[in-house]
Amino acid sequence: MNPASTLSVMIVDDEPLARVRMRDLLADISAEVPNEVVAEADNGQLAAEMLKDVSPDVMLVDIRMPKMDGIELARHVSRLQKPPSIVFVTAYDSYAVQAFELNAIDYLVKPVRAARLAAALSKARQSRPAPPQILASLQQGARTHLSCHERGRLLLIPVMDILYLKAGLKYVMARTVVREYLLDESLTHLEQEFSERFIRLHRSALVAKDAIAGFERCAGDDQENQWQALIRGVPERLPVSRRQWSLVKSYAKQLSS
Amino acid sequence: MPSIKHNPAGHPLPDFLNFGVMLRILLGVNVFALVGALLQSRGISDWVQQYVEMAAWVQPLLLMNLAFLALFGRAIRLLPPRVGQVTVVLLAALSAVLLIDFWRFMAMDDGGWQRCVRAGLLGGAMAALMLCYFDMRSRIFSPSLTEARLQALTARIRPHFLFNSLNAVLSLIRSDPRRAEAALEELADLFRVLMRDHRDLLPLADEIELCRQYLDLEKLRLGERLNVIWEVADVPVDVKVPPLMLQPLLENAVYHGIEPSSEPGTVRIGFSRQGDELHVRLANPCGDGGEAVKGSHMALANIRERLTLYYDLEARLEAREEEMPDGSREYRVHIVLPCRSSLL
Repeated sequence: MNPASTLSVMIVDDEPLARVRMRDLLADISAEVPNEVVAEADNGQLAAEMLKDVSPDVMLVDIRMPKMDGIELARHVSRLQKPPSIVFVTAYDSYAVQAFELNAIDYLVKPVRAARLAAALSKARQSRPAPPQILASLQQGARTHLSCHERGRLLLIPVMDILYLKAGLKYVMARTVVREYLLDESLTHLEQEFSERFIRLHRSALVAKDAIAGFERCAGDDQENQWQALIRGVPERLPVSRRQWSLVKSYAKQLSS
Repeated sequence: MPSIKHNPAGHPLPDFLNFGVMLRILLGVNVFALVGALLQSRGISDWVQQYVEMAAWVQPLLLMNLAFLALFGRAIRLLPPRVGQVTVVLLAALSAVLLIDFWRFMAMDDGGWQRCVRAGLLGGAMAALMLCYFDMRSRIFSPSLTEARLQALTARIRPHFLFNSLNAVLSLIRSDPRRAEAALEELADLFRVLMRDHRDLLPLADEIELCRQYLDLEKLRLGERLNVIWEVADVPVDVKVPPLMLQPLLENAVYHGIEPSSEPGTVRIGFSRQGDELHVRLANPCGDGGEAVKGSHMALANIRERLTLYYDLEARLEAREEEMPDGSREYRVHIVLPCRSSLL
């Protein structure tokens, strides 16, 4: 793509008026930086889903949004093969702004000035995506979705839908009622991030606490009895390691009481 | 009317009409009586005996002085502080002397000038001690008052709100200049109130007006996502309340209850009068929880401290999450303020 060609832009902001303002500004600077708004979204989740159909060069992303915030959106987007450049737009977020400054991540403050926007856009093509660990450190609380890409497309899996996570040789597999997804994540990190929601059954499996339907005792390979967890909605059973059993049991008791 | 400056922290003499102050005096004097009885006694059972004997002398004097101060305390507070303090001490001493003379008259005490002087000294000393306590208390609280004021100034309006509102107004200027004008005027009014001196109590009507303006601006940004229901029935709108008591709570409600959700949400604000109390109730839907509850706790602690400074024990603030019949959760704040006619 040559630098003179039109830049395709996606606006992601939850406030309608803020999107209007951004459109106006983009129109104002179109002589200087030729651009075209190809999509608008009012939250991160919608924006990520729209990326199936459009592939903007630049995404202008508000940080504080319902459903999925801008930081999480950037984390998912950065996993794409050819990720669009992301320019964060924020009204006031001293914590994030400090981190952006430190790591030379491009950001704009609201109300945005036309000159600053033009500068950010003309830089955007050369800019490199923000390092994932920096974005992870900016995330407040846990992500709402996990993502994987299949055939070049970004798939979002709501964390609420995941029944269990199982570590394989190279990937972590996430199971929902519908199907399985392969994630490029580490089980240990997932366990830390979602400790409220998931409990460890054995070395390589985490299960959503509310997906446990019950426990059953079965003869294991070594003729010793072993506990297995029944999972709501799917036929599979997950073994519970002896080390984790006391913890899982105390949790199960909490549930039944 | 100086009584409107209902600011205990600024005055070394407490507001003697305040229930909390009365309670502190009653408890304080009785603790000293207990200690005095212990000093005079030979053992534990004797201690109780001594205290009971002393109580016959202490309690009538105490109640008499409390009643007198409740009646004339406000007038005494009008005097220069030192003169006021001396007046109260003399009052206590004099009433102690009179009481001992009365007991002599009733043939329950031997009398004599030595007894009278002793009684006067004890009464005066006790009053002086209690005044010292209140003086110290007001001194301890006054730096925290300035601090609370400063903290309130910074925490009151989130910069987030200011910049987002300005951004919204900017976007309106081209398409809807009249609405942009109205919004800027509201913003100006809001900031005029915010930058005012915040020591005086203000009429409830002013606070409600401020909240309406604030919510109008939020509605501009959030559109249909924000619904507001006002329940203002039979409320004396001229009752005085601490300034900016509700606006920070509404800001919390919008920031934590409405903004994090893509679904429309409703903020409810209700006022009602029950006897001598003004009840204010705020409710907003709970977000996904977890997120930045710390900020809202700061605002709550801030307002709670200001209520204590203004009303001592007579105001309450409760905040809790409640499960609704349809399974959703609501965050509720309930404030109770005294609305005595003397404060009007």
